[in-house]
Amino acid sequence: MKIIILGAGQVGRTAAYHLSREEVNDVTVVDLNEDTLRDLQDRLDIRTVAGNAASPRVLEVAGIASTDILVALTNSDEVNMLACQIAWTLYRTPKKIARVRSADYTERDRLFGENGVAVDVWVSPEQLVTEHIARLIRYPGALQVLDFADGRVRLVGIRALQGGPLVGQELRTLREHIPAADARVAAIYRAGKSVKPEGTTVIEDGDDVFFLAGRKHIRAVMREMRREEAPVRRVVIAGGGNIGLRLAGELEETNQVKLIERDPKRARRVSEILSRTTVLHGDAADEDLLLEENIDSADVFAALTNSEEANILSAMLAKRLGAHKVMALINKPSYAELIESGSIDIAIAPQTVTIGSLLAHVRHGDVVRVHSLRRGAAEALEVVVHGDADNSRVIGRRIEEISLPEGTTLGAVVRGEDVIIAHHDITVQADDHLILFLTDRRHMEAVEKLFQGSASFL
Amino acid sequence: MKEIILPVAHVFAMVMMVFAGTMLAPAVFALWGLDPALLSFLGSAAATFALGALLWLATRRFKRELKTRDGLMLVALTWVALPAVAGFPLWSYLPINFTDAYFEAASGLSTTGGTVLSGIEHLPTSIKLWRCLLSWIGGMGIIVLAVAILPLLGVGGMQIYRAEMPGPMKDRKLTPRIGQTAKLLWAVYGGLTAACIGCLKLAGMNWFDAVCHGFSALSLGGFSNYDANVGHFDSVPIELVLTLFEVLAALNFASHFLAWSQRGVLAYFRDAEAKAILGVLAVSCIGVACFLYFKGTYAEFPTALRNATFNVVSIATDSGLHTQNYALWPIFAPMWMIFLSCIVASSGSTGGGIKMIRTLVLAKQANRELNQLVHPNLVRPLKVGGVVIANRVVFAVLGFVFLYFMSVVTLIFVLLASGLDFLTSLSAIIACINNAGPGLGLVGPASNYGVLSDFQTWVCSAAMLLGRLEVFTILVLFTPTLWRK
Repeated sequence: MKIIILGAGQVGRTAAYHLSREEVNDVTVVDLNEDTLRDLQDRLDIRTVAGNAASPRVLEVAGIASTDILVALTNSDEVNMLACQIAWTLYRTPKKIARVRSADYTERDRLFGENGVAVDVWVSPEQLVTEHIARLIRYPGALQVLDFADGRVRLVGIRALQGGPLVGQELRTLREHIPAADARVAAIYRAGKSVKPEGTTVIEDGDDVFFLAGRKHIRAVMREMRREEAPVRRVVIAGGGNIGLRLAGELEETNQVKLIERDPKRARRVSEILSRTTVLHGDAADEDLLLEENIDSADVFAALTNSEEANILSAMLAKRLGAHKVMALINKPSYAELIESGSIDIAIAPQTVTIGSLLAHVRHGDVVRVHSLRRGAAEALEVVVHGDADNSRVIGRRIEEISLPEGTTLGAVVRGEDVIIAHHDITVQADDHLILFLTDRRHMEAVEKLFQGSASFL
Repeated sequence: MKEIILPVAHVFAMVMMVFAGTMLAPAVFALWGLDPALLSFLGSAAATFALGALLWLATRRFKRELKTRDGLMLVALTWVALPAVAGFPLWSYLPINFTDAYFEAASGLSTTGGTVLSGIEHLPTSIKLWRCLLSWIGGMGIIVLAVAILPLLGVGGMQIYRAEMPGPMKDRKLTPRIGQTAKLLWAVYGGLTAACIGCLKLAGMNWFDAVCHGFSALSLGGFSNYDANVGHFDSVPIELVLTLFEVLAALNFASHFLAWSQRGVLAYFRDAEAKAILGVLAVSCIGVACFLYFKGTYAEFPTALRNATFNVVSIATDSGLHTQNYALWPIFAPMWMIFLSCIVASSGSTGGGIKMIRTLVLAKQANRELNQLVHPNLVRPLKVGGVVIANRVVFAVLGFVFLYFMSVVTLIFVLLASGLDFLTSLSAIIACINNAGPGLGLVGPASNYGVLSDFQTWVCSAAMLLGRLEVFTILVLFTPTLWRK
């Protein structure tokens, strides 16, 4: 597929990296900064074009006329929307995805589509990251909570700890432990390596376990893996930027939220928008301020400023001062790996959160949702199966009969409103949504092929 | 050291195994014509494949993804080592030593076209084909070919492409994927070659000569099947066809591709290099023709124009095919041709030398300096063909030209020290480093490089490889930082 990415910022670069790794994609990146582009071209097999992303001339040079997907990820909403509009009006580009941050645009549905701005899909990285953090706060103990089928099924990543009833037991005993709930373990990572989850696999202390379950069963399963943590009540947020502000707005109804912002003007603005949050003006790395605001009784401290170094330091400081759980927003994947083994509980990588929603739109077949996991090494995705028993390699077959590529597990089937946890004797029907977990995303093409139907159908 | 070279050797082993396959082409030919070199080719192919396979197995443990410096190293290693392998059939069949076989193969692969062989018309057809085939493979680049047909080079592809394709600005690709770009370039190259072969056949050559000369013309190689080179045919249509295709091969292949995909010649008009090259060639051909006519070398102007055109275009584009012993012309004409060979070919072409784009950049930079003296506060970007050239590129060009001239000067001194006369040393080194072919003096068009001593032959082989890889890629091997972990 021919793809043009506008903007070589954090998200743009990550998208280029993920997309160009797949042999079938031809990626061109457009940005104003030639140095960034040269650096990018040295590392990835892509073409780069320097220039204004919303200029038809530049888009032409980038080959817009034959492009299948335009992904506009510059840091200006207006440039992104205009570029999509130009691509559609002049070149009828089939699919246009734009990053649109401002809720001012996104909350007006009629603005996009048929008679509006020609943006097929809009993504707001800030919104996605906020939702991601909010889910983590609602499920204390989870490392990752990812939605499928509009939130009816969730994939939860959790570190198994001594004290959970299932730890030290074989996986198949899960059903005996919690007969009422149904769940499926999709992957286990032990010391960074993937372990194939089978009935006889024993969960050990310190394993990272990914399981799929219906929303209402999640807490029950989590209780099996580690001692239950008390629900979060007090939240301290460092940084009143886009993400901090949104998160505070989302949580302030149910939790007691404090927000620390360094810039007095911004602090004032944030306090005007929010109603119940305590907005504080000051430095999140100021020990006195944190102590004064009872950091030791905070259930969660989330460092969400623009500077990742500041986030790491203030989160470490908060942890030492007694915050129960600390999170830090970190852009560099290598940093994230470094610190998650240290005193910071959860490193949030915005690109991996965002990239999943982009990937869903460029996959072959009908892929509804993609989540990128383990710094992009693994992937979880929701696929809709189409066709009938004659032309599909999955429909009308029992799960045990489907030959999945290595490292792939089929976790759940969503049929209409029902969530069916995938056991070997379930038969796949047309229009089912299947939820798959790939421990090695290099097998993605094989998975795509499996769901694209047979040769006679093509 | 071991960790740096062995992963590269692993990939090189694969290139070698593929290269063994190309030896089967002359072998098939030899089988068909029942010529006596058949065993040499089969043996060489088997030996090359076996060597490659052994190396591949031995270095399997070191397999990893290539990094920037590995790319440079792979290209350098390939170009230095492949001539040795490609020389096997010549070495085993002909009564020449390894030095000469290496020279002949390097001359082919680097598209120089200088030869150590005489009595070429008496060689088996398969050997003749192999020489021209080597030129043709080397023309667009061995590694670029490998990138096009093997998906093995992965992420490092861009660095490799850059190390092998001539020209200062190689960041713009025709397509997003390096593999596809390489395929397109080879497709254009193959298409033009086929067209050239067809035209040569129509102009009166037999099929075998047409194929060999088509390979030579498009790769700007210079090997012919006759001692008298193209002069053997003494045919105006053949000279016209060859001149036309030599000029095409000296233009940027990206422009050819654009022109073909847009079905128009607009791409050439947008190509500042193409315009400059055509201008310089036209003026030079007419100028040299007039010069030869007034000097009395040729009594009739049409004869002067015919001989001047073919030989000037051929040497200027670094092809090296010739019809006349131009060394006998008054010294201005051959020296001017040798000078042109330094600058005329376009970046992204199969020609050698400094390339026209660098010449343009330097000329404009000099002009900018002059203007700066008059207007100290002048702000003027350096533009070529309406496109602003970044200062970074200007510096790279300056660095390249310095290294190029220092290489030329050093190697000339080496040849002088070895006892050669001045004209021979100068022309041999310039002809070799520009991949032009014949020089003047002892190595002029009427004789060949066979007269050189072994040491002098090795110096010339080195000059050819230096020139083909634009100096940097070879010299970087001698920088200590490359070898440090």
